[in-house]
Amino acid sequence: MSKAVEIRWHGRGGQGAKTASLLLADVTFNTGKYIQGFPEYGPERMGAPITAYNRISDTPIRVHSNIYEPDYVVVVDETLLEAVDVTKGLKKEGAIVVNTARAKEEILPLLKGYEGGVYTIDARKVSMAALGKYFPNSPMLAAIVKVSGIMPEETFLKEMEASFKHKFASKPEVVAGNMKALTMALEEVK
Amino acid sequence: MATDIRKMNENVSWKDLTEGCNIYGSGTSKLFNTGEWRVDCPEFIQEKCKQCLLCIPVCPDSSIPVVDGKRVDFDFDHCKGCGICAKVCPFGAIKMKGAVE
Amino acid sequence: MSIRERLSGNEAVSVAMRQINPDVFPAFPITPSTEIPQYFSSYVANGLVDTVFIPVESEHSSMSAAIGAEASGARSMTATSSCGLAYMWEELYVAASDRLPVALALVNRALSGPININCDHSDVMGARDAGWIQVFAENNQEAYDNFVQAYRIAEHPSVRLPIMICQDGFITSHAVENIELLEDEKVKAFVGEYDPEHYLLKKDEPMAIGPYGTPAFYMEAKRAQLEGLKNAKQVTLDVAKEFAEISGRSYGLFEEYQTADADYIMVVIGAAAGTAKDAADQLREKGIKAGVLKIRLFRPFPAEEIVAAIKHAKVIACMDRTESYNGNAGPLGAEIKAALFDAGETVKVLNYVYGLGGRDVTVDSLTSVFEDMQKVAQSGVVGETYRYLSVRE
Repeated sequence: MSKAVEIRWHGRGGQGAKTASLLLADVTFNTGKYIQGFPEYGPERMGAPITAYNRISDTPIRVHSNIYEPDYVVVVDETLLEAVDVTKGLKKEGAIVVNTARAKEEILPLLKGYEGGVYTIDARKVSMAALGKYFPNSPMLAAIVKVSGIMPEETFLKEMEASFKHKFASKPEVVAGNMKALTMALEEVK
Repeated sequence: MATDIRKMNENVSWKDLTEGCNIYGSGTSKLFNTGEWRVDCPEFIQEKCKQCLLCIPVCPDSSIPVVDGKRVDFDFDHCKGCGICAKVCPFGAIKMKGAVE
Repeated sequence: MSIRERLSGNEAVSVAMRQINPDVFPAFPITPSTEIPQYFSSYVANGLVDTVFIPVESEHSSMSAAIGAEASGARSMTATSSCGLAYMWEELYVAASDRLPVALALVNRALSGPININCDHSDVMGARDAGWIQVFAENNQEAYDNFVQAYRIAEHPSVRLPIMICQDGFITSHAVENIELLEDEKVKAFVGEYDPEHYLLKKDEPMAIGPYGTPAFYMEAKRAQLEGLKNAKQVTLDVAKEFAEISGRSYGLFEEYQTADADYIMVVIGAAAGTAKDAADQLREKGIKAGVLKIRLFRPFPAEEIVAAIKHAKVIACMDRTESYNGNAGPLGAEIKAALFDAGETVKVLNYVYGLGGRDVTVDSLTSVFEDMQKVAQSGVVGETYRYLSVRE
C-alpha cells in the first residue's frame, strides 16, 4: 500500500481551485513524485462550491476515489466556511489553510472544533500587491506547499519559475508578478 | 481478387462469403439475369423508330443497347419488362406484348 | 527511453492519436470526451498532424463520416461519450458489419436519465452487442497504451472490425496522473501505415460496400463477422506481446491481481480496479486471501481464460457499473455466470451494481464487497445474488 499525502481543495467555480490542484500536481510531479490531481465534477458553474483533490506519493497511486480523510484542506474562499463542512474527515495530525484577511482566532469558531493545525493567508492582499489583480490560486498554492512541507521552498520556487516561464512564454512580464505572489505567500502564511 | 458473383448462391458457406459481403470488381450485376423476372415484354418496331433515343435514359436496367449512336433490339437477359420505354416513346415504336418469350 | 509525463486520460489518448496521425477525424463534442477532439483540432491547427478534421453536426454524422472515410481507405477515428454513443447506434452496427476498423475513444458516462454527466458503463454496455471490439482501461496509462495498440488489433487481416478504447469519464479522463509516453517515431513504427487490400478509392478495383443481405445470406454474413471478432482475442495477445517489447508494459486479455491463491475474487472493469487492488492488499495484510481480476478485453469475451483464472475461488463478485434491467444480472455478471456454468463450475457468484452516475467507489465500499463474499463462504448462504453497492436503502 502506498501512503499518499492527500489534499482537498474547497473553492468556488471560477476561482481556480481546480487549476491550483492541477498546478500542485504539476510541481510535485516535477520533483519526481507520483501524483493525482482531479476535480469533483458536476453541473456546477461560476460561484458554486467546488471540490478538487490531490494525492502525492513516492509510489504509484492506484486508488481512484474522492478523498474523505485528507491530510490537508485548502479553503480558497472563506465564505465557504459557513456553507461547507470543510474540516470533515480532516486528520488532526494535518492542517487547514484558509484564505482570509481575518485573524486566526476569528476563523477557529467556524472550524467545528477542528484540533489540527490552522493556518491563514490573505491571498487577496498578496495577489493585489504582486499582480495588481485578484488571482487567489498562486498564493494558496504556495501556502499549502509551505504548510504541508511536501517539498523544500527553494525547489518549489525553482520549479514554479520554470513552469511560469513555459506557460507565459509569450508574456514574460507576468512571470515576475507570479513569482512575487509565491514568495510573498510563503512568508505571509501563518 | 474480383468477387465471382455466380458463386454467391444459397448454398454458399459463411466461410466463403467476402468480408462484409463486399463486392470486389465492377459490373457484377451483368451476371445477374434479371430478364427472368419479366412478366410483360416490349417489342421493338424498328420501322417506326426515329432514333430519338428518349427510351435509353429512362430504362432502369440499362437494357436498351446503343450501337454506333443507334439503339438496337432489347437486352432480354436484363430487361424486366417494366414498360417505361413504351410509355415515353413518342412514335409508337415500342409495344408491350404481354408475357411472351 | 520512454517519456515521463503527467497527463489527464483525455490528454493521454489525444497524444496517442497525434502520434498515430490518422487520415480522417470527424467529431462532435460531448462531455466528458470533448477535450479529445478539442486537443486534436489544435494539433491539426498547429500542423502537428495532417489529418482531415471534420466538425460534424451530430454523433450519428461523426460515425457515418468515419465509416465513409474508412470505406474509402482512410484510417479514421473519433471520440464520444454517453448519449453521443447512443446517437451513433445504427452506425456502430454498420461499421462492424461492413468490417471497417474505425477506432473510437469512448469516455464512459452514464446515459440519461436522470441527466448525469459522470461515469458509469451504461453507454458502452448498451453497445456491447454491436460487433465492436471493446477494450477497457484502469488509468490514463492504459488508455494511452490501448489506443496505441488499437489499430494493430482492428486492422489485422483476420479481424477487420471497429474497436472501442474505453476509459472512465472524469475519474480517469479528467484526472492528471503520471504516465510514460512512447516516442512519436516508436508509435508510428509500431502502428504502421494503413494498407487495406480493398477500399473504395482503389483506382484499379471498383468495389461495392454494404450490400443488401437477403435472408439467404444474412445469417452467413453475421456468422462470418463473428469469426473476425473471435480472432481478435489472439490478435490482442500478439499485439500486446509486441507492444511490451517497445514499452516494457505487459497486457493480456485481463489482469490477474493476487488471484492465484485467492479465496475471494472481485471481477471488475475500469478505474475501480485500482481501488479494488488497494482493498485486496489491505485484506491480505489481515490474512484474507483477496484477489482482483480486471477485464481488459470485454468483446470478444475471453470466457474460458477467465474461468481458468477464477474457478478455484470460494466466492466471486462481479462488479457491474451499469444496470441491465433484467432483475437478474448485469452484463459482466451474466457473462461470468454463463462461462462458469458452461465449464461445469459451481463456485458462488455475487453480482453488484455499483458506481452508477459517478457514485464514488472507495476502498471501504469495495472492502465491504469482499466482506460480503466472506460471509457467503462462512455461512454457505448466498441470499440475494443481484445486489446494489453504496445505495441508500
